Amino acid sequence: MRTKNFLKNYANYVAVALFLIIAVVMSLTGMAKMNDLLLFEKIAIAAVLAVSLSMVVGFLGELSLGHAGFMCVGAFLGGKLASLLAPKLGGESSIPVLVISLLVGGLVAALFGFIIGLPALRLRGDYLAIVTLAFGEIVRAVIMNLPSGLFGGTLGLKTPRFDKKTLFIFAFLVLLACLAVTQNLIKSKHGRAITSIRDNEIAARAMGIDITKYKLLVFTISSFFAGMAGVLYSYTMSSVNSANFDYNYSIEILVMVVLGGMGSINGSLIAAALITFIRNILQLKLEGDLAVLQDLLFAVILIVVVIYRNAPSLKNFREKYNIKALWAASKKKKADKGKKEA
Amino acid sequence: MEASNQSARPVVLRTEHLCIQFGGLRAVDDVNLEIYEGELYGLIGPNGAGKTTVFNLLTGVYKPTSGRFFLCDKNLTGKSPIEVNRAGIARTFQNIRLFNNLTVLENVMVGLSNQIPCNVVESVLRLPRHKKSEAEYQKRAMELLEIFNLAEYKDYLAANLPYGKQRKLEIARAMATGPKLLLLDEPAAGMNPNETQELMDDITFIRKQFGITILLIEHDMRLVSGICERVTVLNFGTALASGKTSDVLNHPEVVKAYLGE
Repeated sequence: MRTKNFLKNYANYVAVALFLIIAVVMSLTGMAKMNDLLLFEKIAIAAVLAVSLSMVVGFLGELSLGHAGFMCVGAFLGGKLASLLAPKLGGESSIPVLVISLLVGGLVAALFGFIIGLPALRLRGDYLAIVTLAFGEIVRAVIMNLPSGLFGGTLGLKTPRFDKKTLFIFAFLVLLACLAVTQNLIKSKHGRAITSIRDNEIAARAMGIDITKYKLLVFTISSFFAGMAGVLYSYTMSSVNSANFDYNYSIEILVMVVLGGMGSINGSLIAAALITFIRNILQLKLEGDLAVLQDLLFAVILIVVVIYRNAPSLKNFREKYNIKALWAASKKKKADKGKKEA
Repeated sequence: MEASNQSARPVVLRTEHLCIQFGGLRAVDDVNLEIYEGELYGLIGPNGAGKTTVFNLLTGVYKPTSGRFFLCDKNLTGKSPIEVNRAGIARTFQNIRLFNNLTVLENVMVGLSNQIPCNVVESVLRLPRHKKSEAEYQKRAMELLEIFNLAEYKDYLAANLPYGKQRKLEIARAMATGPKLLLLDEPAAGMNPNETQELMDDITFIRKQFGITILLIEHDMRLVSGICERVTVLNFGTALASGKTSDVLNHPEVVKAYLGE
């Protein structure tokens, strides 16, 4: 019973840690090429983004389309700070510089999250989605149009080149931290309060739940991790360009959360890894004119998932062929077989 | 004799000239209530009389245009729903408002939120107080569920409970906030006679068990005359009559308001 509980609560940490260990071994033995290491980094970053967004969309129940905006803030502030500090503090692969940039990028993004959280107290649904969408685009436009000495303007900001052999480890450590914070928050009285706001805000208020506090808290924490993911992203690329953080990217993160199932942290985690992986393959296979098909594929995935999850005509199919049901059926089969033999 | 007895009991809720105006419409006009400790008080009246609006005023959803209300002599006029709840007024809703995707147990635990302290940092870092408070939440929520005969449903999603049980759960959740005054908005709406009878027993029971004061809105006259000690009748926002239930229900004005002339 105890091991079962342990597995239930910590399975995702274990899975992420295992993945990390395998990746480290692959990196040390030289099995993983440069491209694979880059893929590991991207997976970790996508997972941080998806898990942090799932807090807002899946648990608080607010639609945010500006996650890439928070990431953008982190990427440019963290990247700039890193490029300033790196020459003074032990070169481009300096760990203290990475840690400082991560924290600063995260904290500034968190501040923005707090500010965006304020209208979220009054706006609902579509209206909030529009505000967050606008926020993401504004951040991007401002950074692009600032003097090029500051954030590199339209050419993008040059960022330090961290040792590729170890960068993915830090990305995974950030992911583990993000998982721990999200999970501990959700599985506590605060998490119950947050989900109660999603289910029925009027009733939550009548139960004395401090809506203001929890909405701001969720937006702040979520954008903190988005900012950290941004810093990691800036390290992954040799230069960051604000064009990378347009609303399509926010939507892509949202697709991960939706694909993983709203309100499921593990789902977001798996979907983030899967989408990043698929995207990576598509990027390698679809070249030239075919590259546009990549985006089409995402649209198709989203539509199929939404239909699959909601279509009444698929209800029987869903109930019969989900993992839990199949598992139970195979168990029963085994048990029956055992009985017959006995 | 009885009147002097009652006035000796401390007043839990007092409203003074409570009014609210929406544009040109006076939805609630000069309502004065005085509810004593441990009393079961009914608020009745035809549809659109302003009963639920009174509840919304008493829970801070609306701010009164004029007038004040006090809970145990503490002025709560103009306070937010959250502050009012913390001061000790809990309510249920006319159309059930449960947290549908939380389990029955979790619904009650949300109600307990302000009873057991544990801040965000303690929860995120899983400090000792988190564990202790979670155990306490479990324990107290289960106690409440047992009182309401819902213990066996604790792992059900609230949305999957039968209607009557959902009503009960809503009352349990409201009780979890530790109120001095419980406001029940049409608790028997949509219930069959058996369920209504069961509900009446439950209300009587929790009143004894918790020594709580209850103000309820109801259309079911059998329930009102069965359990309410005193009632106030609202019509077009004004109090038509108040007093002992049997007297008020036979009041000619009240009969007129309900049945017409």
